[in-house]
Amino acid sequence: MSGSNPLHYNGGVVLSMAGDNCVSIASDHRFGMSQLTLACDAQRIEPLHDRLCVGLAGLATDCTTLAERFRYKHNMYRLREKRVMRPRTFAAVASSTLYEKRFAPYFTEVVIAGLELEEDGKRGTSGADAMTDAVYRPYVCSMDLLGALMVTDNFALAGTCAESLYGTCETFWQPGLDPDALFEVTAQSLLAALDRDCMSGWGAVVHVLTPEGITTRELEARMD
Amino acid sequence: MSSSSSSSKGGNGGGFNFDHHLRNQWITACLQGNADASTTDPVPNYARHARKTGTTIAGVQYVGGVVLGADTRATEDTVVADKNCEKIHYLASNMYCCGAGTAADTEATTRLIASQLELHRQAVGRARVPVVAAVNMLKRHLFRYQGYVSAALVLGGVDEWHGPSLYTIYPHGSVDQLPYVSMGSGSLAAMAVFEAGWREQLSEADARQLVYEAITAGIENDLGSGSNVDLCVIKDGGRTVEYLRGYAQEQVRTYRKPDGYAFPKGTTAVLAEDFRKYVQVRKVVSDL
Repeated sequence: MSGSNPLHYNGGVVLSMAGDNCVSIASDHRFGMSQLTLACDAQRIEPLHDRLCVGLAGLATDCTTLAERFRYKHNMYRLREKRVMRPRTFAAVASSTLYEKRFAPYFTEVVIAGLELEEDGKRGTSGADAMTDAVYRPYVCSMDLLGALMVTDNFALAGTCAESLYGTCETFWQPGLDPDALFEVTAQSLLAALDRDCMSGWGAVVHVLTPEGITTRELEARMD
Repeated sequence: MSSSSSSSKGGNGGGFNFDHHLRNQWITACLQGNADASTTDPVPNYARHARKTGTTIAGVQYVGGVVLGADTRATEDTVVADKNCEKIHYLASNMYCCGAGTAADTEATTRLIASQLELHRQAVGRARVPVVAAVNMLKRHLFRYQGYVSAALVLGGVDEWHGPSLYTIYPHGSVDQLPYVSMGSGSLAAMAVFEAGWREQLSEADARQLVYEAITAGIENDLGSGSNVDLCVIKDGGRTVEYLRGYAQEQVRTYRKPDGYAFPKGTTAVLAEDFRKYVQVRKVVSDL
């Protein structure tokens, strides 16, 4: 029964999709306690820097703790190394943060969306690798509550309506989506799945990360 | 992971951290409507939500090396979470290790031992480390955690001391050394193929074919296994490795709508939109 699963207690879902030279990350806004909705302004997506976002789904208290720990770890890295983390570096950090508590875990699943510089060894000139003309490729990954890393080239998701989302994403996603098409596909996949889940919904947000900037769109969604 | 467990101060001494144990027991008890934590279901519900590798993994020794094979399905309960995951993990330049069980455990364990092996290799100053060294490290790690680190491994490698060797390591730390092995939920299907087709003095091509058929048997007959076949051939005294990711794609998707589903721009109703353009910060060096 999902009622006794801490991962499903507060509800909520996060979805990330890869596009052509862009990446999206989206989530709903519900914060509840089982069937009772308490708020519809929950923020599950934490931007770590211009080209890296982390989404957290699961028990809200752990999502908050982890968001703070991730930000702390990223800040310490930035001060120490004088540059920001590459998405896959951050994925390794997140994975070991979760796996450290393998036998008494955080009830949180993590989705990471980022843009990775095309050349592996070559790094940007200054701290925030501020070369917007450089070629980026999307980095999308998710991990379970124990930190098992799963890197994909299409989409990653976590949360209470994961099963419905797998269905909609499998149908709607295709390779080579441009930022506008990626937004529509992400939004439609999310909204369709939210309609079949009572534990999440109540508004949704989609961020699209491109080398030029980040677009944030609040969606009109069912509020029931 | 060293034997000393880090303290609740959040020290970074390595090892697992059990700070959340009592809290998690309490949360689970509360959600089950049961204030007394001591009578809570000992197998927590969330454990089923961890990603597993249902898995068929197998390996065969041949005259000049070893062939490892794996399927590429990862499951969360009955949902296929990953259709193309990588189950043949790098341990050292002459060793690879297939993992079955809880995905986080197989990944973390092989990564931990891989780094210990590299440190050991540099300490002894040799080009390669013997495969038995990896076997010992892995089994000691798994035995220490009494099977709770649920990783079932097939380890293959070649070194200059023992030539090609193939091991299975069970989650509790026991070890088998055999010329053909299989592990995971599809191990029975794979072993059936081995028992029917294995013979001594296999050539490399025959060994590859046999492992491919064994993994395919798992993919087709075990629900926990699926998608593609990955192979890894280690030979030439451990100097050559052929990692054949996607060696065979047995279950290609045939039903995708050819042009996909196009949503014209503006399909989704948007309440608010915001674009933040990145600003380039450049250091200006003045002549003054």
